[in-house]
This record gives sequence, C-alpha cells and structure tokens, in this order.
Amino acid sequence: MKTSTQMGAGLGLKAEHYEQALDCTVSGLWFEVHPENYMVDGGPRLAWLEAIGSRHPLSLHGVSLSLAADCAPDMQHLQRLKALADRVQPALMSEHLAWSTWRGQYHPDLLPFPRTHEALQRIANNIDCTQNTLGRRIAIENPTHYLKLDGHDWSELDFLAELNRRTGCGLLLDVNNVFISAHNQGFNAATYLDAFPAEAVMEIHLAGHTQDPGDSGLLIDSHDSPIADGVWSLYQRLIKRIGARPTLIERDDQIPPFDQLLAERNRAQAVLLEITR
Amino acid sequence: MNLSLAGFQDAFISALYGKNPEALPVLTEQAGFLVYRNTVMKGACDALLANFPTIERLVGSEWLQATAAVYVRQSPPTDARLLNYGQGFPDFLDAFEHARDLPYLGNVARLDLLWNEVHGACDEPRLDVSTFAAINPGQLASIRLKPRAAARWQWFAGQPAYTLWRCNREHNDVPADLRWVGEGALLSRSTGAITWQALSIGECAFLDACAAGETLEQAAEKAEQAQPDLDLTNMLGRLIAADVFAAQ
Repeated sequence: MKTSTQMGAGLGLKAEHYEQALDCTVSGLWFEVHPENYMVDGGPRLAWLEAIGSRHPLSLHGVSLSLAADCAPDMQHLQRLKALADRVQPALMSEHLAWSTWRGQYHPDLLPFPRTHEALQRIANNIDCTQNTLGRRIAIENPTHYLKLDGHDWSELDFLAELNRRTGCGLLLDVNNVFISAHNQGFNAATYLDAFPAEAVMEIHLAGHTQDPGDSGLLIDSHDSPIADGVWSLYQRLIKRIGARPTLIERDDQIPPFDQLLAERNRAQAVLLEITR
Repeated sequence: MNLSLAGFQDAFISALYGKNPEALPVLTEQAGFLVYRNTVMKGACDALLANFPTIERLVGSEWLQATAAVYVRQSPPTDARLLNYGQGFPDFLDAFEHARDLPYLGNVARLDLLWNEVHGACDEPRLDVSTFAAINPGQLASIRLKPRAAARWQWFAGQPAYTLWRCNREHNDVPADLRWVGEGALLSRSTGAITWQALSIGECAFLDACAAGETLEQAAEKAEQAQPDLDLTNMLGRLIAADVFAAQ
C-alpha cells in the first residue's frame, strides 16, 4: 500500500500499460481503476493492482453502486468493494450521482433522475450506508447530462452541497462532464464551476469528449480522445480558485501509448504546480 | 412528470428497452435518450465480446455483435461485475437458430468461460511433485487430491471442441484432418500464466471424482471405468506438473 498527501495528476490504469505504470517514477503520479474490474478472487489482475499500489497511490472509482436507485445498495456488492479496498488501501474512493442497477438488472450506464426531495433523502441514506460499510469517506461525481428532465426540486449544485452537508461525503468534480452538460443543456460552465462547493472537492476528472455522430448536436462523454482546449481552460480557472486537488486524466477508449497519456497528465501536473509555487 | 423515484426508474427502464416507449414521452422524444439506450447496449455487448474472444475469432465481430445484441435483450446483466457476464451465453448459442450450422459454438464458448474462471480464481499453494512423491505408499490410496480453483476441466462428448477452441485462441488454423470425436480440456493457472492441454475422458472422470472429494483409489476406479486403457501414473504426473492440485 502507498498513500500520499502529495497526489498530483493521475491516470486511469489500463491493462496494456501495467508495466510502464509500475515503472513510472514521475512525482505526484497516481492511478485510478474501476473496482468492478478487480472484483475477482485472485490471479494476475489483482496481483498487478497490488504491485502498482505498492509504488503509487490508488483510487477506486466505482461505476455501479447505483446510489440514486430507489433501493438500498446491494450489500454483497458493497462487501466486495470493502474487501478490495481493505486489500489495496486506496487513497481515494468515489462513485457517481447516478443509478444503474434496478430490480435485479444491471444497466451499464450512469442513468439520470429528477433531483427531488425524495431522491435526496434516498441518496443520502445510500451514501451513509456506503461510507459506514467501507469505513471510508467517498467522493460523489457530478453526472453528464443528455436529457432535460422535469420535476427537479433542487439545482445540481445545491443537491451536491446538501449531500456533502448531510453525509460528510466529498465531491468529485468532473470538469468535462460540466463542459458537456453546459453545451447539451445550455448553461454556462464557468458560472457552474465558480459556484461549485470548493471545500468538498476531493478529486477532479478531466477527459475527452466527442460530437454525437448524428444530427442531435449533443456532445458525448466518450473518454476516447484528448482533453478539449475548452476543458483545459475551465480546469485552469477552477484550480486558480480552489487550489490544487488530485486530478485524473480519464481515457477508456482509443487508448494511446502510455507516453502520450503521460504527456497529457503532465500538463495537468503543471497546472497544479503553478498554483502551489 | 410527477412520478416517485421508483416510478421514474420503472418507466425509464421500460422505455430504455423499448418495452413501453410511451412511458416517458417527454424523455424518449429527446435525442439524448438514444445516448443512454446506445450506451447501455454497447456496455453489455462490449463485455460479452471481451469475455468470448474465441467466439469472435470464429464467427467475426459483425456476427457476434448482432448475436450479442439479441442475447443482451434476452438476458441483460444481473451483476455489475461484467467480467462474469455471459454465463448463459453457451446455452444461448446451443439454441440460437442462426448458429445451427455451427453446433460447436456453445462448447467453444464454455471454454472461454473456463478461461475467465481460471484467470480470476483465488491464489492457492500447489501440490508439487516432490511433496507427492514423499507420500507414504501405504497412505496413497486413501489421500484426497483437491483440485485448485485455478484448474478447470470439461469433457465435450461428440465434438472436438478443445481443438477448435485451442486453434482459434492461439490464432492458428484448424487442422484439415480434424476428427469429429469427443475431446476434453484442462485449463490451469500457475504463476500468473494460464496454460491448457487436452484431457482424455478418463482423466476428466478422475478430476471430477477428486473435485467431489473422493479418495485417490476411488477416483482412479472412476477413471478406469471411463477409460480402461488409461495410464494412471502418466496422468498423475501431467496433472501435478500442470499445478492442478492444491497443497495438502
């Protein structure tokens, strides 16, 4: 296990980069994985994660706890997550403000919901249950929006701030998600980021997006390309306001060579270093 | 839209799978709804393709993508560990009308599943040959050899499923003189690497008996019943060398 208070910019860990990730010694580097991909009893996959965790801080970024579903978390799944966390001792753990499991079926996406008083209470309970089971604080990520939903009682910013207040959870601020949602829903990304509860931000995500190939005009959170210039600008502005926070470069498709990802990561690291200088 | 959270989620899922597109017309009429529909389908299909690489090589990506889409609608994932998705895929392929000309696909898929199980199985110390050789000959008949979780095997009656799987998994051509007879396979993991080899029907019967907790003598009897000409000493040597058994 390696934890560090000096987590700078990190990278999503890809199986094809295990050896380079293990050997890389740049300062402040850390790695993030989806814990679902490591919920196995043993074997090389876990061995790699443990080896990398012995040299770099790790973050477990869940995609399937389904905290916004109107039911309690799947305790078997939560226990598996706890076992993995106990094994690799991550420096950070996070999940999404979304749902994906419903009535026994898993729908592999991060699905939206109306931010009602009822949803707030349910999600707060689910975060409490998760944090109590894990014995750790988790960070909750702001979602990407593709739909205009009716029936919200809360703005997203107030909803996230209230979850932080009620449960003590942290927040994971995905700047690319804000950029995409602002484009898709017609709000100002900079205004949103300027009002984001700074104290609660435990981690930041940066990623690439693409234009929907159809004629919808939507941007898609595809994680398959370099980070857009507009997202970099928002990130720099954010860091100037809130100070340095562990920042992850996410890439899940069209994976380039490790050095190319590292160069993108170094750009984020430079932004973080500039503010701490 | 004044639905409860549960009511919204029921309606959303129903609309997502096209079962009741009228459930949330305000949403389904928006272009953004398709993003969720596509992402959910792609996530499950990609997982299936990743878990059955040998099937993809045999039938091609396009055929498997189309087949996966049918399977996903019929059997959506029930577990967030998509590494395990597709437990029912071999049975689905056995019954799939468009795979009638490829009756071995189900068994080849079973071997891909075994590979996945071996890859993620727990780490256990293995029985090594010197420890086995040191067992008192008087006690040999009554010992129980326990297969490690990282060793999986299966007998495929009437089909050369192992050869078909092995050639495709190793990216080799299937031999032109392939004999259409039953085959068995053993997949096992030692020090991180997964290896595979052919097993005879008697060897599969032997391992089945070991896994059921029978003694070496009982397992050997089962093996000889299944295959009277089986060379037990040779078999034991091969299985121990493949790290099939857990340390005693």
